[in-house]
Amino acid sequence: MTAPFEPARGYRLNPAVALRPEPFGALAYHFGTRRLSFLKAPDLVDLVRGLGNHRCVSDALATVPDGRREVYLRALAALAASDMIVPQPSTSEVPC
Amino acid sequence: MTGGEPQQSERVPALVEQFKGGLAAPICLTWEWTYACNLACAHCLSSSGRRDPDELTTGEMMSVIDELRAMQVFYVNVGGGEPTVRPDFWELLDYAVASQVGVKFSTNGLRLDAGRARRLAGTDYVDVQISLDGASRQVNDAVRGHGSYDMALRAMENLAEAGMADFKISVVMTRHNVCQLDDFARIADRFGAQLRITRLRPSGRGADVWHELHPTAEQQREIYSWLIDHGDRVLTGDSFFHLNALGATAIPGLNLCGAGRVVCLIDPVGDVYACPFAIHDTFKAGSLRSPGGFAEVWRSAPLFAQLRTETSGGACRSCSAFSTCQGGCMAAKFFTGLPLDGPDPECVKGHGASGLTAAAGAGLPRAEKDHSHHRRAVDVGMPSIRVPAKPCDSSPLAVTT
Repeated sequence: MTAPFEPARGYRLNPAVALRPEPFGALAYHFGTRRLSFLKAPDLVDLVRGLGNHRCVSDALATVPDGRREVYLRALAALAASDMIVPQPSTSEVPC
Repeated sequence: MTGGEPQQSERVPALVEQFKGGLAAPICLTWEWTYACNLACAHCLSSSGRRDPDELTTGEMMSVIDELRAMQVFYVNVGGGEPTVRPDFWELLDYAVASQVGVKFSTNGLRLDAGRARRLAGTDYVDVQISLDGASRQVNDAVRGHGSYDMALRAMENLAEAGMADFKISVVMTRHNVCQLDDFARIADRFGAQLRITRLRPSGRGADVWHELHPTAEQQREIYSWLIDHGDRVLTGDSFFHLNALGATAIPGLNLCGAGRVVCLIDPVGDVYACPFAIHDTFKAGSLRSPGGFAEVWRSAPLFAQLRTETSGGACRSCSAFSTCQGGCMAAKFFTGLPLDGPDPECVKGHGASGLTAAAGAGLPRAEKDHSHHRRAVDVGMPSIRVPAKPCDSSPLAVTT
């Protein structure tokens, strides 16, 4: 149903999703699908919150330490698959 | 592995480990809106029947909803008693939904006529759970009372007719209905509903019937196998994790006792308990009527702090199955008189059953709030005289002085 995840595009937190801070990171709740997801690291939460400020996902990931990029890229793909993050509506078609 | 990052920082601990320390707010909050009930089910967890005169008022209920919204509790499981007998039920439901606190409410179907069903089907953010403890009238009514099967089925027909998709049919597994698992699934399919099965707990009036109603060891294996085959389509409220020691495959779910960590109960008078199956002072964390309200109880109650620390595992620690069953259900142990750090009464290795006989002799803890319609008759010579516990039990006009 959701489009394939494209790190070269801009994404943002779905406006229908609320993030609740937790000791381990955050709990994400999707008011539309009523699904819960768990962001299991505080810097993953920062990444997701700030996602909309970056031209593309790869750009956003540049702020993350090398060793964690792969893991967080996979986490973002999973969040996109469950509609927790969505493509920016006004992303330019120029690849990032 | 790149850079100088220690490997430790790359590893994210399993979610279940993180949950053990507790969350900022519950995920699975059960909130019982009244002790009043039109039925008198033999196994009622909360010993419901009569309304408690001290139940939260409409205003207090709304304040709690405001607080849950502020804490970002995204949905609550509303029960009772029969919650729909509260005159302000629909008003509170609408208020919660408008506050973005979703409601899943359990009902025996009493108020779900065609009109209500249509209204519910048109309300976003509401889920309905109909209780049914037998796939046949005979099996259901033996536990839930005469007429309860027809009432539940009528409600299901109304919901399906109104186009309410995916409502839940909630079944407590007993010795008499394990053989009906496929029949329950067929009933759910017939109404486009989802089946939910949960464990019979020896809590409330359940303590009186647990020994005769809880599934046999053979039936426990049947439940486990059935869940392995059908678990992806069936909800369990995570209540069968004690059966995971039966095989190599775990039943879908968190498989952790969430009491005080991700789970808690608010009862109709505003008392907060560690879980819905433990209405007893031992598991009472506080009252949301005290200063600081529910948030203060959730964050600071000494009982919850204790439940959020690692358990010792006690006698279970040396068992090969401990990592899969975690010692089972705290409430089930407590109300059958077993030590909390020992095996579950339904331990699949049989370690719990041996303790039951000894525990029974020592006198069992009882639920401390009993709102049952009738207290047991007390025989005072001949003829037998039923002694009402309170004057209002026998006459609604009685005045207490």
